[in-house]
Amino acid sequence: MSAVWFVVTRLTRDRSALIGLVLIALLVLSAALAPVLATHPDDVFELHPSERLAAPSGAHWLGTDRMGADVYSRLLFGARITILIGIIAVGASLAIGVPIGLVAGYHHGWLSDLLMRVSDIFLAVPQVVLAIAIAQTLGPSLPNVILALSVTYWPWFARVVYAETRALQKEIFVESTAALGASPWRLTVLHVLPNIASPIIVRASIGMGFTILTAAALGFLGLGPPPPTPEWGRTIAESREFLPDAWWYATAPGLAIFLTVMGFNLLGDGLRDVLDPRLRRSRTARDG
Amino acid sequence: MSAPAAPLLEIVDLVRHFPVRNAFGRRVGWLRAVDGVSLAVQPGETLGLVGESGCGKSTLGKTVMGIYTPTAGDIRFAGREIGWLAKRERRAVAKDLQYVYQDPGASLDPRWKVVHLLHEPLKIHTALSRAEREREVLAILAAVGLPDAHLDLYPHELSGGQQRRVGLARILTLRPRLVILDEPTSGLDVSVQASVLKLFRGLQEAFALTYVFISHDLSVVRAICARIAVMYLGKIVELGPTVAVFERPRHPYTHSLLAALPRIGGRRVTQEFALEGEPPNPRDVPSGCRFRTRCPHVQARCAVEEPLLRPLDGRTVACHFA
Repeated sequence: MSAVWFVVTRLTRDRSALIGLVLIALLVLSAALAPVLATHPDDVFELHPSERLAAPSGAHWLGTDRMGADVYSRLLFGARITILIGIIAVGASLAIGVPIGLVAGYHHGWLSDLLMRVSDIFLAVPQVVLAIAIAQTLGPSLPNVILALSVTYWPWFARVVYAETRALQKEIFVESTAALGASPWRLTVLHVLPNIASPIIVRASIGMGFTILTAAALGFLGLGPPPPTPEWGRTIAESREFLPDAWWYATAPGLAIFLTVMGFNLLGDGLRDVLDPRLRRSRTARDG
Repeated sequence: MSAPAAPLLEIVDLVRHFPVRNAFGRRVGWLRAVDGVSLAVQPGETLGLVGESGCGKSTLGKTVMGIYTPTAGDIRFAGREIGWLAKRERRAVAKDLQYVYQDPGASLDPRWKVVHLLHEPLKIHTALSRAEREREVLAILAAVGLPDAHLDLYPHELSGGQQRRVGLARILTLRPRLVILDEPTSGLDVSVQASVLKLFRGLQEAFALTYVFISHDLSVVRAICARIAVMYLGKIVELGPTVAVFERPRHPYTHSLLAALPRIGGRRVTQEFALEGEPPNPRDVPSGCRFRTRCPHVQARCAVEEPLLRPLDGRTVACHFA
């Protein structure tokens, strides 16, 4: 617990990391308290054709959409979907990528080569393209979006874990623990993994932002959860034909996506600085 | 010297070569780190292994320990061949055969507290309960002279001497029979060195340990080892009782090493025995006697014929003209 507290206090000292932290806190709060904060909680599913495309007002803070639903309320419930997609997709990517990276990093030989070449194949294709292909094949639904994102994001974790594990193997304490008679399982899970936790956490934070952005892109292309789900990406897609008159319709989810992704990226950068200042210079170029 | 009983450790013609690869991963040669070493360690003794850095003494220790697999040769420990065991069986041998690293700070996981580091060997090799492990750990901790309060610290919160004690405690919890100490006094103040050496002796008596003491510090080796093996470029050139070797070195390399040793009131390092230059690259070992490129007594025969270890004057020496 003290380690967590240390990281949080250090993060709040860095202005951009603090902004990231606040943005994500806002996102989590909106998602958790959506039924309370929403002015029209039923509008997620209900239609009010008479009130369609109303401009922002006291009754509808961010206006209404083409079905007459409250944009602000739908935005709040959309945050739930966003967080759900981000957490499950990144969690699944971690669950696939970390063990693969550990095994490939620890072993030297054909198994390691095989695992890393497979992840290279995934990394060779841009994630959005691959995710679109998978989501298109499986059909538009929330589980399929999450599946498509998980299947395409794990190689990033595999890469990071592989590289860190290889670097750590040159450390004497890894060799000495092996000499003590520790099994490969004990060595990798109890010694290697805790020592490479920092880069994994940083990658996970940046991955949340990236996964959410890709999920919005899939939603925009109609590959996300079907209506009336208040998914942000598909809301923007719906709003296109009403631009520029109903400007609020697209602006609200657009800003929400922007702030969420920025929040995770700022937090990721802040974590990187706090957890390991050495990484600041070497690892800013290749993000995704 | 009593008649040799069954040796605890017996190494026969042990070879460890490392492939040298070019930028494309193609093998372009061999680094002959250990190139045919035979020696025996008796139970309860302390064998010193000395030589310049890069002579292969650490590689020899690590190959015996199983960190490196041998290229050829046999390693017999307590009468059992261990050089070619399957990995799982080889790991089990570690209970009786342990290695203490040169840099104790780097050899301890920085994220683990001392208490967990000390419990770990017992978790790996024994089925003791938590309470039994606790008792064992506290006993060992007292034996190496560390206060209980240190259990709750991380390795980086300890001094170099304390880290070394933790490193020792960690392997002693297993009650090993043979301990390989790799440069155990390097990087310590002279005063700390003395107390660490004293600790080694005390522990040797308390736990009936056998030591292989790898060092380039001849004065330390002289203080603690009854027998000494001098290594040069992957081979042993002289092996015998420390007193005899120090008083009358027979191999020219041993002679030069000892001559370079500063002594209060001793004679000055003479030109005659001063070692010149670096040892040859172990990728490119000279023909015949490997010491001939730096030997003050080199003759034509040395380039042609490799001298074998032969008994002489109460020890064994590998020199044609010793």
